[in-house]
Amino acid sequence: MAPENSKESGENDFRRIVTIWIVVSVVLDLLYWFLVGPHVPPGRMTSSAKANQLDFNVLFVIALPVMVGVWEWLAYAGLRWNVKRKDAPESVGGPSAAGNKRTEFWWITVTSVVVLFLAVYGTIELYAGNGSGGGEGPNPILQPAGAVKAEAAALAGTGSWSPNTNAVLPVQVIAQQWKFTYRYPTFGGFESPYLILPANTQIEFNVTSLDVIHSFWAYQLEVKADANPMVDNVAFTKTEQLGSFEVRCSELCGIWHGAMFNSGKVVSESAFMTWATSTEAANAANTKNLPPFAWTYVPDANGAAGGYYPDGGVTPYSPVEIYGSKQPS
Amino acid sequence: MTTTAAGPSDVKEAPPGAGAEDARRTTGHGWLSQHAGTAVVGGFLGYILGHWLGNVIGSAYPYIANSGQNSLAVLLALLFMVVGWLLGIGALNYPLLKLVGREAAPEVEHVGWSKYFRYNLDHKVVGIQYVVAVLMFFFTGGLLAMAIRTELLNPTTHVFSADTYIKIVSEHGTIMMMMASSVVVGPLGNYFVPLMIGARRMAYPRIEAFSMWTFCAGYFAIFSALFFGGFPTGWTGYAPLQTQAGPGMVSYLFGFAVISVGMMTAGFNLAVTIINYRAPGMTWSRVPVFVWSMIATAALLTLASPVLLAAGLFGLLDKTAQTAFYVAEHGGSSYLWENLFWFFGHPEVYIMALPGFGIVGEIIPVFTRKPLFAYRIAAAGMIGVALLSFFVWQHHIFQSGINPDMRPLFMLTTELISIPTGFIFLVGMGTLYKAKIRYEVPMLFCMAVYFNFLIGGISGVFLSDVPVNVTVHGGFFVLSHFHYTIMGGLIFAFFAGLYFWLPKMTGRTMNKKLGLWHFWTMFVFFNLTFFPMFIIGLLGQPRRVFTYARDLQTLNDFSSISAFCLGASFLIFVANLMWSQFIAPQKAPSNPWDSLGLEWQTATPIPPYNFERIPVIMTDPYHYSEVGAPALADFGDGAPVHASSSVASSTDPDQ
Repeated sequence: MAPENSKESGENDFRRIVTIWIVVSVVLDLLYWFLVGPHVPPGRMTSSAKANQLDFNVLFVIALPVMVGVWEWLAYAGLRWNVKRKDAPESVGGPSAAGNKRTEFWWITVTSVVVLFLAVYGTIELYAGNGSGGGEGPNPILQPAGAVKAEAAALAGTGSWSPNTNAVLPVQVIAQQWKFTYRYPTFGGFESPYLILPANTQIEFNVTSLDVIHSFWAYQLEVKADANPMVDNVAFTKTEQLGSFEVRCSELCGIWHGAMFNSGKVVSESAFMTWATSTEAANAANTKNLPPFAWTYVPDANGAAGGYYPDGGVTPYSPVEIYGSKQPS
Repeated sequence: MTTTAAGPSDVKEAPPGAGAEDARRTTGHGWLSQHAGTAVVGGFLGYILGHWLGNVIGSAYPYIANSGQNSLAVLLALLFMVVGWLLGIGALNYPLLKLVGREAAPEVEHVGWSKYFRYNLDHKVVGIQYVVAVLMFFFTGGLLAMAIRTELLNPTTHVFSADTYIKIVSEHGTIMMMMASSVVVGPLGNYFVPLMIGARRMAYPRIEAFSMWTFCAGYFAIFSALFFGGFPTGWTGYAPLQTQAGPGMVSYLFGFAVISVGMMTAGFNLAVTIINYRAPGMTWSRVPVFVWSMIATAALLTLASPVLLAAGLFGLLDKTAQTAFYVAEHGGSSYLWENLFWFFGHPEVYIMALPGFGIVGEIIPVFTRKPLFAYRIAAAGMIGVALLSFFVWQHHIFQSGINPDMRPLFMLTTELISIPTGFIFLVGMGTLYKAKIRYEVPMLFCMAVYFNFLIGGISGVFLSDVPVNVTVHGGFFVLSHFHYTIMGGLIFAFFAGLYFWLPKMTGRTMNKKLGLWHFWTMFVFFNLTFFPMFIIGLLGQPRRVFTYARDLQTLNDFSSISAFCLGASFLIFVANLMWSQFIAPQKAPSNPWDSLGLEWQTATPIPPYNFERIPVIMTDPYHYSEVGAPALADFGDGAPVHASSSVASSTDPDQ
């Protein structure tokens, strides 16, 4: 940063700034990496949580020196070079103070290299993490082995999942005002009000909505995918640890958006199998009343809030059958 | 003054004399002429007429009649209200008369206080009107923010109902975004761009006044939502929630449409002025850096706002004429709104950042007594940010399920923006190097902009990274991020600008002691309010919720209490404004900061046409502390104003 005309005192200042910067940056980076990094939310429950925690930490370790550098510069300049200091040098103008080609060149080069590194690194992580737990739309280009097959089988009603087979487990997330429910196509398409997942399993979330846009955010699983009506938004993650997790809606979906949350559990594969088969049997009568399993369902345009004109039933309701309307009276 | 819109001959027109007196007699003056009062009456009558018409039409449909949910009546009421408002203030006199082939009388000059309540074409009057208008927006939005933080004091006990809370959140976001899009362009852009480029007026004085009164109409439109049941969508207005919402949504869609017209016209006017009205010698390499930021912003305003207007009109049609632009089950798409909105929305983000960069670039050299470091880099940075801002909008919808294979591209373009943004930091840091800094209030605000915007910018890099975005999108992390950029960057810069330029605008100095109190409370409590929100977000709290995890109460309470203190800091500003401008005004010298900017070389108060003769510009305005600095400009009186007032130098121009 030193302009060419800097006097000896200026060079001393510059050297001091750089020294402090390197020492503080290294110390803070090490402290962060070893003390804070491993505890960065949302933990390490799934493959995407683990990968994204690493990603966050890498970004942070790069960001810290940048922040330290700029703040240190501001603080040093603010304290050292001001009118209150008797020994502060007089401001010197002229062309040499109005720019410095070498400084500009290095500034642009270094920022460009850092930025390009971040973009490349982020892309690699995105690909390696099969989309990193983010919603990839109906035709995910990044997906784990076996997902295509599992998806086709689920729709045909021939899908199956059993413990210790490394099979992909598709789970449909149905968002509506204002709750999440979950359908398990490999277990007869039953619908559950809470999300139970087997450990050490590649999960495929098929997120859809019955009314407005919601966002399925399974916090500890590090999965986030918007739920759009008429759209099957797919996200992948692999469960790695047992435990419970929170699901919250992270896209404003109306009055009770703030109350749209529920929870779930990652259990062992055999426990999951037991739960799924028994729930499938217990729910069989109800499941019959649901529409056949599909990636999306015709949304209820009138929504839970009552529709365009909540006028006590004068307005004709949706012309098509709405989700779950076949409930026995 | 007898400003008319067309022809270079007008520019040479002498300041008003007897002609203006005649005009006053013929076109009316005083209470019976057109002013803000008649505008209110016009707006009110228009509202009644529109509402009546909407109900007449609606009565043919049994499910609309008497439902209290007649969106059409609301739309027509607001539409006629805006037209009535513009008719009442006199904005349409000239174009309507021209339309029917009659020669319109020129607008009259009004003197004294009354001119601030009229359709005035003087850019200096419009600038002051804009200051009042944006402060009105800002304090309304700020009060709503206090309400939000009150609700979030407790994770379960509710001060407001869920319904009221979401209305407050939505109004807060929308009002603040509308305010921020014009907060610098309107007041400081209109006021100082002509002065900085050596022009006697804006290119289109009528359009300039039109944008101001439209901006006010937008405020009434968005505020009216509260009377129609509010709207539940936040400032992003996502469909299909938008389609499902009640008639308050019309206020949002129509309000944004009105505001976008104001933005477009303001931007267009600024761009034309800067390109065509620069004084002789004001080459692109001598244009003040604030003007560079204004032309970059003007380009964004002109090119991005039409998309918002179109998107809003589609939404209004969906709500009133039962079209299905955004309704998936009838062939529309919820992604259409997301794309249109963010195609506008991302350039909008830089509409709210670039003016701040311009202000700090303009102020720091004055208080460091050094030339702006790497001037060309500063200009290139702003143009670079403006260009790139059109290529990043999908980073707002990374997890929405659209075009997943485009995500690496949008990650790259978003991160590329940090390169030109970094230029602004290079410029600031280079200017501070070995400078004798004077800590006046504007300078402190500028230092704070760098401090805050660094946090805002760096957290933006986390958001741009798709894997990390999974955690931080849609939560308090992103909320904190954009408050750091918009409030920590733009609003701090706006206050820097106000403290810096108010002595020129009003001829009265702001009180330094109160200014320091305002600065330190605002800076400290801003950071104490918003920094914890990064942590709250990482710990899993989504945006716009009224319940949250019990563990997060301590952090939320800390943030809320800081927010109340932050709110109180603005009371200090208001007190300072009242005290210094009205109660105990202190006359400001014509150049209190000893700046070299062209705007400071005029007398205070600035004469009606700014410059008696158009100055000839001889160099850029940053030759501080330079021995032998070239003369700044020739004002035509034979004595070039010298660039460096503190250093003895020769009078040779550098050309």
